[in-house]
Amino acid sequence: MPTALSVPTDLLTLTVDETGVAILELNDPDASVNKISWDTLNAFSDALDVIETHADLSGLVIASGKPDSFIVGADLEMLQTFEIPAEARRVSREAHALGERVRSLPVPTVAALHGPVMGGGLELALNCDYRIASTADATKMALPEVQLGLLPGGGGTQLLPRLIGVQKALSLLLTGKNTYPDKARRIGLVDALVHPPGLPAAARRAARQLASGARAVDREEPSFGDRLLEGNPVSRRIIYRQARTRTEKRTHGNYPAPARIIDAVRTGTEEGLEAGLDVEGQYFGELAFTPESQALVSLFFAKRDAETNPEPTRARPVKTLGVLGAGLMGSGIAQVSVQNGLDVVLKDQSLALAAQGKKAVWSAVNEQKEKGILNTFARDQIVERVAPTADYAPLRAADVVIEAVPEDLSIKHAVLSEVEAVVDADTVLASNTSALPISTIANGVDDPSRVLGMHYFSPVPDIPLLEIVVTEDTSDEALATAYAAGLAQDKTVIVVNDGPGFYTTRILALYMNEALLLFEAGAEVEAVDAAMRDAGFPMGPFELFDLVGLDVAAKITDVMGEALSPDRVDISDCAAQLAEADLLGQKTNLGFYEYDADDDADDKDPQGVHDAVYHHSDASTRSTPPADAVQDRLRLMMVNEAVRCLEDEVLRAPIDGDLGAVFGLGFPPFLGGPFRHVDRQGADTIVDTLQALTDRHGPRFRPADRLRTHANQDTTFHS
Amino acid sequence: MPATASGRTAVFIDGCRLPFQRAGTGYADLMAYDMGRMVLRHLLTRTGLPADRVERVVMGTVVQDVNTSNVAREAALAAGIPNRVPAFTVTMACISSNQAVTSGVDLLRTGQVDAMIAGGTETLSDPPVRLKRPVRKRLFQARKAKSTGDYLNLLDGLSPGDLLPETPAIAEFSTGEVMGESADRLAAMFGVSREDQDRYALRSHEKAAAARDDGRLDEELAPATVPPEFDPITIDNVIRDDTSMDQLRDLPPAFVKPFGTITAGSSSALTDGASATLLMAEEVAEAEGFAPRAALRTYTYVAQDPETELLLGPAYAIPEVLDDAGLALDDIDVIELHEAFAGQVLAVLEALRSDTFAEDHLNRSEAVGAVDMDRLNTRGGSLSLGHPFGATGARLVMSAVNRLHDEDGRWALVAACAAGGQGHALLIERRAS
Repeated sequence: MPTALSVPTDLLTLTVDETGVAILELNDPDASVNKISWDTLNAFSDALDVIETHADLSGLVIASGKPDSFIVGADLEMLQTFEIPAEARRVSREAHALGERVRSLPVPTVAALHGPVMGGGLELALNCDYRIASTADATKMALPEVQLGLLPGGGGTQLLPRLIGVQKALSLLLTGKNTYPDKARRIGLVDALVHPPGLPAAARRAARQLASGARAVDREEPSFGDRLLEGNPVSRRIIYRQARTRTEKRTHGNYPAPARIIDAVRTGTEEGLEAGLDVEGQYFGELAFTPESQALVSLFFAKRDAETNPEPTRARPVKTLGVLGAGLMGSGIAQVSVQNGLDVVLKDQSLALAAQGKKAVWSAVNEQKEKGILNTFARDQIVERVAPTADYAPLRAADVVIEAVPEDLSIKHAVLSEVEAVVDADTVLASNTSALPISTIANGVDDPSRVLGMHYFSPVPDIPLLEIVVTEDTSDEALATAYAAGLAQDKTVIVVNDGPGFYTTRILALYMNEALLLFEAGAEVEAVDAAMRDAGFPMGPFELFDLVGLDVAAKITDVMGEALSPDRVDISDCAAQLAEADLLGQKTNLGFYEYDADDDADDKDPQGVHDAVYHHSDASTRSTPPADAVQDRLRLMMVNEAVRCLEDEVLRAPIDGDLGAVFGLGFPPFLGGPFRHVDRQGADTIVDTLQALTDRHGPRFRPADRLRTHANQDTTFHS
Repeated sequence: MPATASGRTAVFIDGCRLPFQRAGTGYADLMAYDMGRMVLRHLLTRTGLPADRVERVVMGTVVQDVNTSNVAREAALAAGIPNRVPAFTVTMACISSNQAVTSGVDLLRTGQVDAMIAGGTETLSDPPVRLKRPVRKRLFQARKAKSTGDYLNLLDGLSPGDLLPETPAIAEFSTGEVMGESADRLAAMFGVSREDQDRYALRSHEKAAAARDDGRLDEELAPATVPPEFDPITIDNVIRDDTSMDQLRDLPPAFVKPFGTITAGSSSALTDGASATLLMAEEVAEAEGFAPRAALRTYTYVAQDPETELLLGPAYAIPEVLDDAGLALDDIDVIELHEAFAGQVLAVLEALRSDTFAEDHLNRSEAVGAVDMDRLNTRGGSLSLGHPFGATGARLVMSAVNRLHDEDGRWALVAACAAGGQGHALLIERRAS
């Protein structure tokens, strides 16, 4: 029988089995998961005190007492309480010291890993002599700190390259991506795999065998190529340089963490562990206080908060979704639904069209099969949840029906009244329109209280946001049900009030319109796009025009132009002109750019600027304002309009505005969203810049009243 | 002995089948599991039955894929039917899914389940091809071989011919006779002429084509969309619109050459397909708002000498269920008789109206009766719609129920023969809805 050892903490337990193997189980009694915080570090130190002084141990197993996870990473709330970099540095140093104590134990140490093993949890495991992971689907390992603008401060930048090599380590450190058990075993991140119920015994057996010499740590030698490249400091310089180039290309210099990570890895590899840990701790402290990291962390919290349905008890349980229209949007909505276990009735005008939507789902899911993420059966099971049909009758089982039919009010009214005739009284009717007011759509339905907007973004599987749009008539039950559906689809959900273009389309439309005004005044397409990519947007406005289609853009401009007073905006008719000339962008292979007609990707690669497009510009010569001027005009147009959405009560809270812009439109995450950006820059600075733009370009840049108020009172949107 | 209704009543709620496709065509790349999954999913969608309301899944299949030997289970799981719902596969040659249906009837009557799915699935596009026994035996032994010498020893005594794969034959294991030969013999025994057979085959295609064209088959068809292209398959492709007496007359005998009477034109074709029916206990169906379309009454299974009477089962089974229900053949409004071969169908009809057969084999003083051709297979049959072995039985049942409603009858009779000399009959009584 194992005997318990007394440790002065309730965050973990320590027992010794009959063979002398100590088992340390982290188990925070007040939380559903274990996190790294000062309390857990102190508890761990207490446990090590006991272990180090215990005379008769033969090994140590480090495991989690939680059934579904090991350690999910650092406690970010703790991080937010720090006031100076030294405090963050101190945590890092303490983690280093504890790691050193684990590595110095005279007995073999084994980490038993099951469920998420994230950040500090993985670093703890890296300090052990041996790692066993369970084969559960939920088991995954990552050092995701880079995604929060940080680096792993618990020795990750040092221990990981030593275990799996510099190249593989840099890849994991710079992307923060998950490694699953099979891959982890293959790259040497773990030493063995076992089914979950066998994990505790396997870990103890491994410790015993390592102690007795019956088992030696047996890791594969690196490949010849890796040895050649990583084996000497000269060729390793190539690796660092390549990593820097790749990072620069991805981040445009907007994110400080990746460069620091590369530097910490380099220092540790070239100058030794001690020097490496030293810079790691120093950088960790610095990065935690960068505005970029703070913006990313605030988004993390905002996203997490949005994962809770505000009124879960009012929701009709969501099991089956009806989707009308099996095109790109409809099949995308179907895909994220069935991938998350919902059933979907996918209706289009004919079975053949509906089946093409199912084909799109199959193709996407089959790719995962080809990559070995899913087996054939799992693929079949997911895809079979899509029931294609040309009839309305099978929709009767739907809890929510989402229409993704063409943006024509009469079509939308027609299909929704057909749906209303077959579904339950409390089935939610949702429109995926990107611009039509929901209230006018609801006019065509007997019971407008069940109608709302569920605005998804293309490509649906890749863009995390769902913007739910409610009217004055929308019932709380319909909202709660739609929210539940969005969460079930693993979307980040925001709720906004009805209005022309709601929130996201409205701020995007003015941003895009501003790009057209630049174009009309002579700016070059490529230069503007490059400036906005450098500013951290995922693509430039003209690339985006070509992707969504100039016809769609012209339609949105129409709706927005009608809705916004003309003394406030100068609407460019450029999109309409191009649409008229059939320069629709990717779908006609000509727009602002030229595309290869043989390219059948959903997002084609431009083959260069379509020079004839400049015939539609008023300017006789081409000249682009400096990049920062372009960036200010476009970004602040979006920010200013976001504030107006708050004034107009389209937005219910600034946090929704930040989430919507970042997760729906690709507003630069390191800025944290429009409102976080204003808070960080200071409303007065933003107002000054807008005022200057107003003087140069006209009243469309007039600062929103709320901005002036915050500027005058020196206050912020976020508390 | 017929199994008479006792305890609760098993009712038929709904049924559907994938459009049947000649082997090697529409479903050529699918496994039986794929088709089973698709038809189960379709049945759930069209009935609106929540997947977790299903308490048992039973499916028939004949040519098994060893990777999915309990194909009902794999198909049910992939169709989204919960893990905790048991599923089993039955095999009884061409009456496999009849057995699936009556297994369901028993489970419902005895109160073991309240709602279940019975069906069948079959691919004949991908018959299991095996290495020959000498090779298989050596492969088995090779698991223990260690040295190169051990492996070389295994080659000892192996002849080049052993390396050729073997394909399964559609022959009786006990007699070695191909089914077409038995049917040819049966037709001769009952004096069925070549011309009668051709005429019956033509009739089957004409009835099927008419039913397809005027939409009578629509309610049982579940359109299939097959990866990777997902072009919908909406109709049966075994039906020959272009066949004629002249064409049929010119075909050579397919099995007994040169003087046999059965040709490819009067034989059912190798077919892929799947079918499924939703069955419930009547009181449960009514309580839960599902309208029963028919009650599944008495049924029976019979078995004869697989050499002389391989496909004569219906002639034995039909009088058993009629007697049990106290009905005469004339009381039956709708007859669905499996068509393995035109000659076999006509032989069964001859046997039913023969006093001699009744006296000699059924221990009756007079014949069971003459089948009214206007009540028989009015939507075509296995000859024209196709015959995916394990899926045909459930098709017969759904067709019988649909016809009872369309043709305004009360009693339907389903009967079928099967390899092994076995046969089946089931009485169905229409419900009001």
